Parts: sequence; C-alpha cells; structure tokens
Amino acid sequence: MDFDLIFRVYPYFLQAALVTIQLAVYSTALGLICGALGAAARLSRSKALRFVGAAYVSVFRGTPALIQLFILYFGGPQIGIQLDAFEAGVIGLGVNIGAYMTETMRGAIISVDAGQNEASRTLGMSRWQTMNKVILPQAFRLMIRPLGVNINAQIKGTALVAAISVVELTYTAQRYIGSTYKPFEMFFLAGIIYMAIIYVTGLGISWLDRRAAIR
Amino acid sequence: MTAKPFVDIRHAAKSYGTLEVLKDINLQVQKGQIVAIIGPSGSGKSTLLRAINDLDPLTSGEIWLEDKQVNKSLPPRQYEKHINQVRQEIGMVFQHFNLFPHLTVHGNITLAPKMLKGISDKEADDLAKDQLARVGLLDRIDYYPSQLSGGQKQRVAIARALAMAPKVMLFDEATSALDPELVEEVNLVMKKLAEEHMTMIIVTHEMGFAQDVCDRVLFMDQGIVVEEGPPEKIFRNPENERTQNFLRKHLQSQK
Ligand SMILES: Nc1ncnc2c1ncn2[C@@H]1O[C@H](COP(=O)(O)OP(=O)(O)OP(=O)(O)O)[C@@H](O)[C@H]1O
Ligand SMILES: [Mg+2]
Repeated sequence: MDFDLIFRVYPYFLQAALVTIQLAVYSTALGLICGALGAAARLSRSKALRFVGAAYVSVFRGTPALIQLFILYFGGPQIGIQLDAFEAGVIGLGVNIGAYMTETMRGAIISVDAGQNEASRTLGMSRWQTMNKVILPQAFRLMIRPLGVNINAQIKGTALVAAISVVELTYTAQRYIGSTYKPFEMFFLAGIIYMAIIYVTGLGISWLDRRAAIR
Repeated sequence: MTAKPFVDIRHAAKSYGTLEVLKDINLQVQKGQIVAIIGPSGSGKSTLLRAINDLDPLTSGEIWLEDKQVNKSLPPRQYEKHINQVRQEIGMVFQHFNLFPHLTVHGNITLAPKMLKGISDKEADDLAKDQLARVGLLDRIDYYPSQLSGGQKQRVAIARALAMAPKVMLFDEATSALDPELVEEVNLVMKKLAEEHMTMIIVTHEMGFAQDVCDRVLFMDQGIVVEEGPPEKIFRNPENERTQNFLRKHLQSQK
C-alpha cells in the first residue's frame, strides 16, 4: 500500500467527495418530493392517479438505474432534453430513488393503525384533516429508518454517475488510476470516504429517529 | 311513547357479499334513553353501531338523528361535508380506545374541537379541563396515552368524544379490552353520563352493567333483533328461546 501516494492525492478526492455529497443531497431532496407525490398518488381515491403512481414505481424500480441515467443523458438530446452531466445525475438518481421512497412512505402511512383513522373520522374530521393531523405525524416517525435505508442506497448509487463523466468520487478514483496505475490505493481511498459519508449520515438518521420516537 | 325518536334506525340492512350481517333492523331511541345491545359474537352488534355514524355504511335502510338523515344520498363531495357535520354530533367510544399516541391527553381532547369548532386556545384549555374533570383525570392532562392505564385511556377517549358536545354517545364494548380491576372506573363514568341523561347506545357483554344502567335491552342474533324490552324483562323473563340460551350460557361462563 502506497501511503505516500494516498497522502498526496487525498485533497483532490475530498473535493470530489463534495460533488458526491451534492449529488446525494440534491437527488435525495428530489427523491423525497417524488416519493411524497408518488405515495399520495398511490393512496389517492382516483383510480387514474393510483395507476400513475403504480406505473412510476414499477418502471423505475423495474429497470437498472444506469439505463435510466443513460436514457436521460445520452438519449435526452434526441427528444430535446439538454442537461449537463451533473444535472442529469441529480435528476436521474432523484427520480429513481423517488420510486423506492414512494413505497417506503406508502408503507409507513398504511401501517398506522386503522383505528386512528376511525377515531378521527368519528369526531367529524375530514379525510384531509385526519391525514394531516393524525396519520402523517405518526407515519413520519415510522418512515425515518426505512428512508434512511433508501438514502444509504442513494449515497452509494451516486457512484453510477461516473459513467456519465460527472467528476465525483468514483470518477476521480478512475482518473487517478490512469496516471498512477495504483487501483488498489485509489479505490481504497474512495471507499473510505464513502464509508465516512454514510457513517455520518447514519448518525443523523439515528438521531432523528430517536428524537421522533413515540413516547 | 308518541315522542319523535331521537335516533331512528329504519329497515337497516347490511351485507358483505352474500353474507347478510344486518336484516331489516328497526330501532327507535328517545332523547335521554340508554339502550344496551347484547348478543353472541358475530351477531352484528358492532356493525349496527358503526352504521349509526356511517363508519360502516348500510346496504339499505335509513338512519336518522333528530330531523336529519345521517346516511342520506348526496353526491360524494357534498356527502363528505354532510357526514363530517353529522359525526360531530355522534360520539363514539371504541374497544381499543384509539387515542392519538403522538398527542398528549390535552391534545387528544382538543384536536377536533379546535379544528372543527374554531375555538381559541384558551377555550380549548378550559374545554380539556372540564372534560377531564368529568372523567376524573384532570391530573393527567399533560400525559401521553402510553403513560396511562387502560382504564384511564378509555376515560380519556370518553372525554375526547364528549368534548365535541355530541347528542348521542355510542359505546362498542368499551370495557372488553380492560383488565377486570379497571372495568369499574369506566363503568362509573358511563353511569355518571347516564345520570346526566346522555342518550347512549351501548354494545356490551356485561349483563350486570346493562341491567343497572340501561332503560332498554336489545338482544341480537344473526343480524336480527330477536327480543327487546326493559332489562327486568329481558334478564328475568326472556320470552325467546335464543335469548334464554344466550343468557344461560353467559351466566355459566361467568361463574
Ligand atoms: N369487513 C367485513 N367483511 C366481511 N364480513 C364482515 C366484515 N365486518 C364484519 N363482518 C361479519 O359481520 C358479522 C357481524 O360482525 P360484528 O362485528 O357486527 O359482530 P358483533 O356482534 O359485534 O360481534 P363481537 O361480539 O364479536 O364484537 C360477522 O359475521 C363478521 O364476520
Ligand atoms: Mg363487536
């Protein structure tokens, strides 16, 4: 193991890690929005909306994220969608994880005891009021951990955008291998940084989960 | 008995597929009356009770509360509005309490009144205190449901229903999920409501309580009201053979 080399290149890797973090943060934010909309659609009273939600989930969970990225980035211009690699990465990854988050959020919402809905409706609260004040506050607590699993997957998933030349951690490691011929050191360094990001994120999720715990 | 009924159930029928759970039930409850519904498991007691506030809609028949039809036919959006209005006037207490675990006792009681009646925070505080005093739990106002015993939970659930100032209260086996030593505190609260002349429809397995508190008892079996009358008659001199069998079995199982 060439530690000298690692010490020489790590600042560049940390810069690349910032791009990875940006990708993860933006795409997770987009994923949460898509997930919320997807879950709302899947739980809607409208059959058409339920269909749209289900189609979204099965398309994006049923095909490789890499193919989705390629279609967006390489195929996009053909149908008039011009995105730079970073934008394509954020949108591609975000919409993809949104499909998983749709299922996570829907699962949390429907696992709130049916008696909660009955009690609220019996008091005269509308569906919307019941959802807002009774079901969602309880569902949020139930979804923190499984969303944490989605986010963990998403951080690792950012490595895919190396394939469309976004200069993030994995792409940077590959580039340095080209000049140093030391793949073990370069991927090892990238791996350590991914682990650190995931570890810190995990701490944050656990903290949120503890804070939100139902007494 | 010429007074117009307060709660009027007319030809109520309900089926799940081919299973007829309620068959042409008629029940008139006068204002201030307390009616107990007894009967074997699966006879349709809960279904009937839950039809009164349209939680389980009837297949056919009408439910009236005073001069308003509860289950009147309206386009979906209008019906939503109508039923939310009517449900404010019908309190319901469940076997498993269904308190809101993310809210304190105060929050449980004031959530709906604040949202639906537009009362101020101060009025909500007073309301919570008044209702808790009624069920004897004023000192638990800032507790969360998980910090209460089963009996206390059910008393809070009653306070929550009362906070909407309902015209009638429905109880579906309010004490069945409780340890025996906690039943009495809930029964006492219900007795107090009886003394205040609250109109109540009570599904119960407790024959003693029904006998003490209720003005009328209905015995249901297989989706019909087999026999009804004052508690003395139903419990001492039941006419119908099915009623006699049910009560005999019930007494044996309680020994
Ligand atoms: N959602 C449903 N789908 C199908 N059948 C149902 C449904 N809900 C209730 N039933 C059936 O309706 C019948 C009456 O049920 P109900 O809960 O009203 O009985 P009950 O008298 O309250 O019984 P218990 O004393 O056990 O509470 C039962 O045969 C039950 O299996
Ligand atoms: Mg029942």
